[in-house]
Amino acid sequence: MSDREQVVELSGVVKRYGNFTAVEPMNLAVEAGAFVTLLGPSGCGKTTTLRMVAGLAAPSAGDILIKGARVNDVPIHKRNLGIVFQNYALFPHKTVFDNVAFGLKYRKAAKAQIAERVSRALDLVQLPQMADRFPNQLSGGQQQRIALARAIVVEPDVLLLDEPLSALDANLREGMRVELKKIQHQLGITTIFVTHDQSEALAMSDKIIVMNQGRIEQEGSPEDVYTRPRSEFVARFLGNSNLLDGQVTARDGNALRIAVEGLGEIQADSEGTEAPQNGARLRLVVRAEKIRLSSTPQDKTDATRLTGRIETVDYQGQSARYFVTVGTHSLQVINPIDRRPFGQGAEVSVEIRPRDVVLLKPE
Amino acid sequence: MSASDVDAPGARPWILMSPALAAVAMLLVIPVCFIAVYSFWLRTAVGSEQVGFYLDNWIEVLTDPFYRDILFQTLRIAAASTLLCITLGYVPAYFIARSTTRHKAVLILLLMLPFWISYIIRTMSWINILGVSGALNVFLLWLGVISEPMQILYNEGTVILGLVHFLLPFMILNIYVSLDGIDGNLVDAARSLGCTGWQAFREVTLPLSLPGLAAGSLLCFVLGAGTYITPMILGGPRDAMFANLVFETIITQLDWPLGSALSLVLLVVLGSVVMLYSRFAGIGQLAKSFR
Repeated sequence: MSDREQVVELSGVVKRYGNFTAVEPMNLAVEAGAFVTLLGPSGCGKTTTLRMVAGLAAPSAGDILIKGARVNDVPIHKRNLGIVFQNYALFPHKTVFDNVAFGLKYRKAAKAQIAERVSRALDLVQLPQMADRFPNQLSGGQQQRIALARAIVVEPDVLLLDEPLSALDANLREGMRVELKKIQHQLGITTIFVTHDQSEALAMSDKIIVMNQGRIEQEGSPEDVYTRPRSEFVARFLGNSNLLDGQVTARDGNALRIAVEGLGEIQADSEGTEAPQNGARLRLVVRAEKIRLSSTPQDKTDATRLTGRIETVDYQGQSARYFVTVGTHSLQVINPIDRRPFGQGAEVSVEIRPRDVVLLKPE
Repeated sequence: MSASDVDAPGARPWILMSPALAAVAMLLVIPVCFIAVYSFWLRTAVGSEQVGFYLDNWIEVLTDPFYRDILFQTLRIAAASTLLCITLGYVPAYFIARSTTRHKAVLILLLMLPFWISYIIRTMSWINILGVSGALNVFLLWLGVISEPMQILYNEGTVILGLVHFLLPFMILNIYVSLDGIDGNLVDAARSLGCTGWQAFREVTLPLSLPGLAAGSLLCFVLGAGTYITPMILGGPRDAMFANLVFETIITQLDWPLGSALSLVLLVVLGSVVMLYSRFAGIGQLAKSFR
């Protein structure tokens, strides 16, 4: 993978507004054909970063490279990008055809070629019969597709997506998510996607870059970022996590025993991370769906077994979210429902496998 | 919902509108009807009106080339002022629309400032600037550029100048409102698709601001064509506009029937302009700038 061409590179890119630093020195590389997501809460600098790549904002320092060439001083209309905006930004006074043809017109394509490419793009987004309509005659989902068609028809070097799904309602959003990813894959177009929605990021990305307060917190594959968060922020932002403070009491190779006050002793596995010393203080992250509840303890040798009491049950259909009191702690647990969920007040066995315990340095 | 709403679903809007409708009827519709009736009366040599149904006034107004020429002159002056307002007003409107929210309020306040001073006073101020002993002549004499004062005032040019002075804020306000409503992402989208800044303006900003431009133009044209104060103060004897005729006929000559016929001609002509606009742009656009 690593020998593939870097289509977008950011090196030491900073964005300041007066005294406020929106983006701290940032390095980023996006490989050809990759779907990279900038994920973070609002104000984390993800949109500013996207706008700098687009040429809609100028970096205060650092270099932005597209296909190996520095583009800091290249104006937006010469960068060959496709942008899909959150509010679609279709031209309201132009037909769907003219909207999609817009970029081709400015690339001086021949009339016949424009017609052909526009109709191909409309086929791709499955709206071939809408060419003569105006944007206000389309539904939100259809407008979104036309905006996508308009961005990809020019065969841009990079496709920039600025929260393109957040204006759609929930049902439509899931469908568009699948379709957007499919089209991206089909065209092999290098894509930078900005979102605050972790499930979008996890479902669509080849690589996720989690941002917070202008900094990159962590970058990696969706699975990597989700299962091995490297900071408390990432652990909290993606999925439902339990955070516990503990101290290493015993160590045998990678196998650790960690005492958590008010809870008991937890077995953990330090494989893949720097092995902590005996007596070291750590912060543990355990995903809500990695904790297993059962009415009778299973005889698994390596799992930590605790007993707890169901405090609240949040029924979600095929799964349920519980708050389980274990010692003085309240653990959040999401488990698939086997026949029926545990009732409130039920005594349960709580099992945590060592490899599901993520170790963080205490903050 | 109360029971009365169900009983008379269409009544409430009419009840709520009735004061306004009554005002329009009492102050506009009925007086216009009076004027219409007056226009068929005759002024006798003695000075009192002769009641009846005479077409004399209408025949005079519609056949005498004097009235036709002044009508055309009026429309020409109004059109020229409107065009000047468009050229002078677009850039300031664009500037206000692109300013930060805080500056916008100040700039719009500045735009409104002239309205706090009487229109007549504002118009007369040009006499102090352009008159024979006005600021400009005094300055040029002092510089030595000219040896005796120039006669700048009292021609069609100064009438248009006065009208532009009066009408420009209306134009700027209307253009500003439509520019302000344009989503900034549209311009960014156009730029990302390959437009230069100027091309994006032509493709997106300008066409989307046309409704405001049209509304402003209509307002300027109608207000300009109906004025008699500006030509009275800043125009020469040959620069009379149609409303001056009406004024002269009614106030000076005391010929109310003829004046009525003349004012109805102006009403019909300007009314047709509004109808034409409404046919193509929709009258609703006018309301936007006053929201």
